[in-house]
Amino acid sequence: MHEMSLAEGVLQLVEETAMRENAQRVKLVVLEIGRLSSVEPEALRFCFEAVVDGSIAHGAVLEIVDVPGVGWCMPCGESVAMDEAFGACPRCGSYQLQPTGGTEMRVREIEIE
Amino acid sequence: MCTVCGCGAGEAKVEGEASEDSHEHTHVHEDGTVHSHAHEQGQEHAHEHGEAPLGVHSHTHRHADGSEHSHAHTHVGEHAHEQGHEHHHHEHGIAADLDYGSGPARAHAPGLSQSRMVQIEQDILGKNNAYAAANRQWFDERGILALNLVSSPGSGKTAVLVRTIELLKVKVAISVVEGDQQTSNDAERIRATGVTALQINTGKGCHLDGHMVGHALERLKPADESLFLIENVGNLVCPAAFDLGEQHKVAILSVTEGEDKPLKYPDMFRAADVLLLNKCDLLPTWNSTPIWRKPTPAGSIRS
Repeated sequence: MHEMSLAEGVLQLVEETAMRENAQRVKLVVLEIGRLSSVEPEALRFCFEAVVDGSIAHGAVLEIVDVPGVGWCMPCGESVAMDEAFGACPRCGSYQLQPTGGTEMRVREIEIE
Repeated sequence: MCTVCGCGAGEAKVEGEASEDSHEHTHVHEDGTVHSHAHEQGQEHAHEHGEAPLGVHSHTHRHADGSEHSHAHTHVGEHAHEQGHEHHHHEHGIAADLDYGSGPARAHAPGLSQSRMVQIEQDILGKNNAYAAANRQWFDERGILALNLVSSPGSGKTAVLVRTIELLKVKVAISVVEGDQQTSNDAERIRATGVTALQINTGKGCHLDGHMVGHALERLKPADESLFLIENVGNLVCPAAFDLGEQHKVAILSVTEGEDKPLKYPDMFRAADVLLLNKCDLLPTWNSTPIWRKPTPAGSIRS
């Protein structure tokens, strides 16, 4: 359940920002979760609702932006789409892929009032 | 508790002591800025103030043709918006109590709420990564090799450590951190070899984090140019995401777990730089006959 840890990390960033900006309420939290990151968006959503209860972000809408996976295929010598960590190259079928994008887990922005 | 995730709040323990020696403060300054920082009891600490520059704010103007524009400006002193005028203008240097710039939007436009978007653009694991980077620098400065051993429970992490320590302890100083939800059984097994070990109990937590390992360093004080071994909580999922500051993650896979483990748990095997295949003496049994039909002596390790 490291999604619970990640949700706590999100709340910490949101609370710090909201406090700095003198916000009364957080209405929206936008996350970027890469498809090759080690987080399950639905589990994170569940945990987020649990951890924001009673905080400044209580009732905030959680928007998760899905970031597509990108990998460098060695035989092809170019960047290709990657759907899973040990997936095959959609062009040549090789497994010699190095993930280069879609591994991020970030808080992009929040809406406050 | 783990300050990154808050998991197991009040339950994470370092060798029986609740790790409650650090805590956070929130200060409100006279000018209304707020900041928080953590520090350890009884120790000096430094903290950064993230205050916005004083007197900087933005205005929104509405022109006669209905178009709007906003701009930021800096000034010293306060200003008031006059009531009942058609075009916004502002006067500097007049003390007043009406401040439409004090809301989160830092601006006022008739009929609009003070709601606005704030860019954060930060890694969710940023705090943990900062602790891990501090640990890594600490290791680098002292020429310490730090390894983070990860695997499912029962794959033989502690047995591999015990054998490794027996072989290497005459050549290099070794200290060990043991991570488990409960008990100090593993630390006791390590101490039986004669090296220093510290048990961290994560309570409800599922992984070690950079902050816990930082505390372990303070307690263990590993020698320069020594070997620092971290046995993570037995778990093939969560420890993959948490950098501890180690040079390498070492994954251990025992043959009895099944050869498709890396496909089932790709994050961990992708995060690891080294893979040790353990319990290989059971391989013939595993391939031909179900393991429960043909008991073989356990305990021998080829790694």
